[in-house]
Amino acid sequence: MTDPIPPAVRLRDAVASRGGRPVLRGVDLTVRPGEVVALLGANGSGKSTTVKAVIGSVPLEQGTLELFGTPYGSFRAWHRIGYVPQRTTAASGVPATVREVVSTGRLAQHRLLPFRRRDRAAVDRALDAVGMLDRAGDGVADLSGGQQQRVLIARALVGTPDLLIMDEPMAGVDAASQQVLADTLRSEVGRGASVLLVLHELGPLEPLIDRAVVLRDGCVAHDGPPVPNTGLHALPGHDHVHPHADLTPPRLLA
Amino acid sequence: MTEMLSYDFMQRALLAAVLVGITAPAVGIYLVQRRQALMGDGMGHVAMTGVGLGFVFRTSPVWMAVLVCVLGAITMELVRSRGNQRGDIALAMLFYGGMACGKLLVSVSAQAGAGSLESYLWGSILTVAPEDLVTIAVLGAVVIAVAVGLRRQLFAICQDEDFARVTGVPVRTLNLLLAVMAAVTVTVAMRVVGLLLVSALMVVPVVAAQQLTRSFAATQAASIALGVVVSLAGVTGSYQLNVPSGPAIVLLAIAVFAVFSVIAGPLARRRHRRGGTEPGPQVCDVRIPGPGRSRNPGQAPEKTSSDTTTPERRAGLAQ
Repeated sequence: MTDPIPPAVRLRDAVASRGGRPVLRGVDLTVRPGEVVALLGANGSGKSTTVKAVIGSVPLEQGTLELFGTPYGSFRAWHRIGYVPQRTTAASGVPATVREVVSTGRLAQHRLLPFRRRDRAAVDRALDAVGMLDRAGDGVADLSGGQQQRVLIARALVGTPDLLIMDEPMAGVDAASQQVLADTLRSEVGRGASVLLVLHELGPLEPLIDRAVVLRDGCVAHDGPPVPNTGLHALPGHDHVHPHADLTPPRLLA
Repeated sequence: MTEMLSYDFMQRALLAAVLVGITAPAVGIYLVQRRQALMGDGMGHVAMTGVGLGFVFRTSPVWMAVLVCVLGAITMELVRSRGNQRGDIALAMLFYGGMACGKLLVSVSAQAGAGSLESYLWGSILTVAPEDLVTIAVLGAVVIAVAVGLRRQLFAICQDEDFARVTGVPVRTLNLLLAVMAAVTVTVAMRVVGLLLVSALMVVPVVAAQQLTRSFAATQAASIALGVVVSLAGVTGSYQLNVPSGPAIVLLAIAVFAVFSVIAGPLARRRHRRGGTEPGPQVCDVRIPGPGRSRNPGQAPEKTSSDTTTPERRAGLAQ
């Protein structure tokens, strides 16, 4: 099988450590154009580190990384990637409005040039897509956790990326925001974007996912179609405890 | 007032105060944004070594302080960006070492009297010489050009470094640039408020302004305006009342902060009433979830998170 278009992500034999402790021990990960890949695994299995290796914020000790067919070292087309980090909070030490935070997603487009009308229009579109346009002038610190997550997703969408990378987008997100997130993801996939998602469990996004890659102790334990309704829970050694059963998301897409 | 303005030294002092009043908050806002509000303080300590070296080698203490402070700032940035778990200890060593080294160097140099280090510690704006003013103006202009011109880029790296990297922003270069700008600001402001209070002028106008603002752009503009006003008022006050200018400026800024934080609550409520955002029900009508599921899952998390973010916003100074 030969792909005319190179994969959005091709990570080969990735080895990385954090704080001297090896976290990835030879991870292979490919995201083909238009594909939605879920990265699953228990806490500490290396999911987040894999994603951070893909965006280059954790350096690889061994292995190779290609983005859209270009080796990481010479990759410059950052406008093709939208990244949603694992959220602690979208707020920082100084107040910032929703619009200001989302506008940073356009930096790959306007660079050192002034922010123009079309940048502004893109910010409006992205905010509208996540249902936060009416809160554009509000401070991000005044939003709920789920709303902050929507803002971070809008920030990733504002450059209309070809590859969307999301680290635990469903963690601590209320039902309304989960629905918005699922709808947004579906329309992005419909547009032809590839998606790499870190998830703790498949949950309501399951119908959208083409392939699941399960990590265990920094190695790939499974790479194939998602196992319906079970996800991580079917794997041996899973000891996840649900501390807030009353917030378990309803099956939005089922 | 006109009598005050007729003196050359007062004209220079007021001009220096304006320059520092603009520069310090313009850079300080990024440190506050990154919850590194006390970084300027550390740089002030390191700059003391530079002042000491200036005394020993009989060169300009200001330029020596710029040099040492820039080197110190680059070291601090490298320690920070490594994410080293013992980073805070490394920084503590740098701060205390810088201060101790400075005092030691000054005491061994033959030239310095007891009062000369004092003037760098607490500032001596009334003795700003014409060539000092030129130095302050040139360095200040560079810092302001960077802090305002690269506003979107610096905002992005201080808001979310990982995300900024994925937008292709040269994160490492900008981090170093910001550290150098902060170091230069510390040494520029050294003459006006002194090394021990330099950080206050970078932080207090910002946290005072943000009591009343919701956006970063407004906070930056308001903190610069505030910096200029308190610097001018502080210098004028110190002339009229014959008190040192640095402490006068800083206490004035803290007084403004206190007033702003008192009026912040009522003002936010008024803005809320005028603005179109629906305030939600007046009384709690959400039923407490029993053993079953919450009836209204969208409401409950909203309440808790707004409770936790408010003190966080206020805590700018403590970080």
